[in-house]
Amino acid sequence: MPFDHKHLLGIEPLSKLDILTILDTAESFVEISTREVKKVPTLRGKTIVNLFFEPSTRTRCSFELAAKRLSADIVNFNKQFSSVVKGETLKDTVLNLEAMQSDAIIIRHACPGAPHYISAFCRSHIINAGDGAHEHPTQALLDAFTIRQKKKNLEGLKIVIVGDILHSRVARSNIFLLNKMGAEVVCVGPPALLPEEFKEFGIAFDYTLDRAIRGADVIMMLRIQLERQQKNLFPSIREYRDLFSLTPKRFRRAKRNAIIMHPGPINRGVEISANLVDSAKSVILQQVENGIAVRMAVLYLLLGGKERETTD
Amino acid sequence: MDEKIKARVMDARKIKRALHRMVTEIIERNRDLSSLVIVGIRTRGIYLGKRVSKMIKELEDIKIPVGVLDITLYRDDFSELEAQHMVKKTEIDFSVVDKEILLVDDVLFTGRTIRAAMDSLIDLGRPKSIQLFVLIDRGHRELPIKADYVGKFLPTSKREIVQVHLKEIDETDEVLITESVENT
Repeated sequence: MPFDHKHLLGIEPLSKLDILTILDTAESFVEISTREVKKVPTLRGKTIVNLFFEPSTRTRCSFELAAKRLSADIVNFNKQFSSVVKGETLKDTVLNLEAMQSDAIIIRHACPGAPHYISAFCRSHIINAGDGAHEHPTQALLDAFTIRQKKKNLEGLKIVIVGDILHSRVARSNIFLLNKMGAEVVCVGPPALLPEEFKEFGIAFDYTLDRAIRGADVIMMLRIQLERQQKNLFPSIREYRDLFSLTPKRFRRAKRNAIIMHPGPINRGVEISANLVDSAKSVILQQVENGIAVRMAVLYLLLGGKERETTD
Repeated sequence: MDEKIKARVMDARKIKRALHRMVTEIIERNRDLSSLVIVGIRTRGIYLGKRVSKMIKELEDIKIPVGVLDITLYRDDFSELEAQHMVKKTEIDFSVVDKEILLVDDVLFTGRTIRAAMDSLIDLGRPKSIQLFVLIDRGHRELPIKADYVGKFLPTSKREIVQVHLKEIDETDEVLITESVENT
């Protein structure tokens, strides 16, 4: 039961029991956000740094609110207004923030492995909030939490992940997590966006959404990263939409009680029809709501106990 | 480390009698039972709270709601804990504003649990009053806290452990004094 990690660098190093501990702990934090005074004193006196080198709405605000609802002090680092623009390195930036006695650093960076790199010389707990196309562990945890809310159990569910798997840290973290929890994962997308080496994870591939969606319990849509379009990994947005967009007609092939997920931000009308986003089958805003409880659980489990001599 | 049972200070009958007397005291002191709510502290406070509610229902024919409080997030000894305590849910689905809260726990010891519970309750709203109900008061207070209803005062040494067992989760109703003994 004890969560014996100093950092949260990814889902890959976690055990099934670790994941269950985080999800069960998060259950207890949901209620706090429904109170009139949305705050408990648990992490009073702890200092947390939100170190975001990439833009973010959901993750940054969600971590900030999670920290505040646990009474921690949180500082937001903004790349454009920082000395990074004057050429300060990642290591120096982090060492300077640590000199201000931070207890935890939440980092998002375009380089895969950036959280692992800084964890090697930091005293603080490091939380990965997305590193390049590598991992985004808290997103996978809040996705799992949301699925569990709707489906009770992850084991045996058919979960279809659709879109740009190659560049998606959300997909990677979700694949690790869902595999550990015993769900059946099918990745769908154009061949150039489905990396062959992912087959080593024991998941299925399909290049046809109409076929893959049959019998699905959960459909997880990924954002099509329009900024990567210049690489020509698929011929055109229009073709992508014709083949892989989730439309009401396609969705009818899934199980009757299937749910639709999306990590955001959404391109309405590209990867998913706008009316499905707003339909009762969509749990997209529940994902956002649950994100706070899940991140509170992560902060609590890392910072709440005694300082432990553990290494990840 | 083994546990040695030193004494069985209450059995099911004694617990039942104590609860009866305490419930009578509650009814006497709270003329307007309609503003009374019960909050049990996890874990055994919940079951004691439910029993009190049931007994008041039998005597006065009024249903007193029972909520569940988990105080883990309000503890003052986080940095001293070996690993984290598992947080469980707080389930209070009624408003505490302007209510007379009967706070229920099994054993009153240092008073730190009660301090945490009061902070937690006040974060939920401003109750009219908080009254404290404990089955056992074993002394050794570290904070200025006193119970309003006590089942039994039990002078103990700090090394001793007081264990309340309730049949809802422990199969039997009893109060034991135990002590850990080193294995030789």
